[in-house]
Amino acid sequence: MKKEFKVIADLLPNNTRVLDIGCGDGSLMTFLRKEKNIEVRGLELDKDNVQTCIHKGLPVIQGNAETELHQFPDQSFDYVVLSQTLQAFYDPEKVLRDLLRIGKSVVVSIPNFGYWKVRTKLLFFGEMPVTKTLPNTWYNTPNLHMCTIKDLFNFCDEKNIEIKKVIGVNENNTSFIKKNNLEIKNLFSKLGIFLIG
Amino acid sequence: MPSLAGLFFWMNSKIENIKKFDVSKPLKLDCGKTINNFPLAYETYGKLNENRDNAVLVFHALTGDQFVTGKNPITNKEGWWVTAVGPNKSIDTNKYFVICANVIGGCMGSLGPKSTNPDTNKPYGLDFPVITIRDIVRAQESLLEHLGIKKLLCVTGGSMGGMQVLQFCATFPEKTFSAIPIACSSSHSAQNIALNELARQAIMADPIWDNGKYFLKNVQPKNGLAVARMVGHISYLSEKGMQEKFGRKLQEKADYEFSFNADFQVESYLRHQGYAFVERFDANSILYITRAMDYFDLSKQFKGGLVEAFKNQKTKYLIISFSSDWLYTTKENKDIVIALNASGADVSYSEIITDKGHDSFLLNEPEFLKTLKSFIDSMHEKFKNEKRI
Repeated sequence: MKKEFKVIADLLPNNTRVLDIGCGDGSLMTFLRKEKNIEVRGLELDKDNVQTCIHKGLPVIQGNAETELHQFPDQSFDYVVLSQTLQAFYDPEKVLRDLLRIGKSVVVSIPNFGYWKVRTKLLFFGEMPVTKTLPNTWYNTPNLHMCTIKDLFNFCDEKNIEIKKVIGVNENNTSFIKKNNLEIKNLFSKLGIFLIG
Repeated sequence: MPSLAGLFFWMNSKIENIKKFDVSKPLKLDCGKTINNFPLAYETYGKLNENRDNAVLVFHALTGDQFVTGKNPITNKEGWWVTAVGPNKSIDTNKYFVICANVIGGCMGSLGPKSTNPDTNKPYGLDFPVITIRDIVRAQESLLEHLGIKKLLCVTGGSMGGMQVLQFCATFPEKTFSAIPIACSSSHSAQNIALNELARQAIMADPIWDNGKYFLKNVQPKNGLAVARMVGHISYLSEKGMQEKFGRKLQEKADYEFSFNADFQVESYLRHQGYAFVERFDANSILYITRAMDYFDLSKQFKGGLVEAFKNQKTKYLIISFSSDWLYTTKENKDIVIALNASGADVSYSEIITDKGHDSFLLNEPEFLKTLKSFIDSMHEKFKNEKRI
């Protein structure tokens, strides 16, 4: 399992109810269920991924998080997980509000546009960055609203969303991000994982 | 060649030889009347294994019967769900024990309007009590004890079969491990009631119908029944599917005949489907079963609505809808998913993209058949483990 999922799994206590938005092929759900006895549910857009999840015996609903989160009742999950897709929604704020309505807490991860390699690509080469975490080019990227760890940090502050934990991930290293190390972590983290709500 | 009605009555005599179970337990119907000692015709495929963890109960749709797969011994045609059920199919009869019963109110051996009324020694006709989906499901539940099954691996069915799945799960939540309602609804919509009414009015407008007493003269209101079936067939296809299949193609002719014969292929298709149906189905049964569908509103049975129907259930659900189905739309199927989510149930949902309309669940739709197989197989693994613990 990839490092990001391990970090996310560590944030989730055993025996809770978790909704995984954009659950993909269900690898995070499988881990959570097996290792932490978590009651998992998934929402996934891609029909092949839905098929894979069903094959693995994972409960998954085929649907679009942008338009179909209304089907989940208020506070019906302990945690809602959204991995690296917030930036791909037309209206990330609305989606985030919905996640906070459905879950008592929310785990959101974002590819960090403030990562130094991304910055250098734009600064020295004058090209839109293509990296491991941002593999698409400008014309075919699904990412409509790229942001940095600092951006999401400030966003939560502005919108009065409580930040419980922020973890920066760079290769195999993780570190907690607080206000006092935000600038430096924003430069050296590939991914930001936020526990909010 | 014997007349169509003659063929129908000849088939009736064959029905005497099919598998039946006498339900001795009295069944109080929703209408208030009670039926007892009544026959329930059924068929099984595959073998119940030693652990009794491989039983799948299939519910048939409006015009279906217990002959799910293989050759239907009465009509000599293929079973209605031969695409999904059978050896090495999605619901693999090498692995699973598949059970299907003819619904009460039907005409393939179970108690129905053409059964003999013990009070008069004549067929019931319209003296048969009006039944509901819940009555239909309750009648079938007694079959489980008869077959020695405490808990089913899965209940499944499409269309009216899907409604029975939902009803079964709401009424007997402990009796199945998983459930797959396909292309159905938790309450019959106005449009669907209207279409059923059209079918009923077609039958009742046929003078042969004679207030349901046609059987006294050994005849069938075949014109009315055929029209009723044509209505159904239109609703089972999609606009696009119909256009692609028939378009404006003419039936074995180069130009219009300037008559009211079946000039167009689509007309010919409807007439064929309509009149072929008369050979195997009883007109009064259509009245009773469509009524049962119209009365179906699961939310009405529970204070607090549909969410309450599924509360505190362990049953694992897979809901499947078809994108071009306008009879039981994706939206109606999603409403079931929403209710299941709200009640905290374990639910999966998949929409199959197809042009083939409501009929899709009976057809060779690879995506659908694959989903069905994936789910049942994974449920079997889980159920085995649960039983072991």
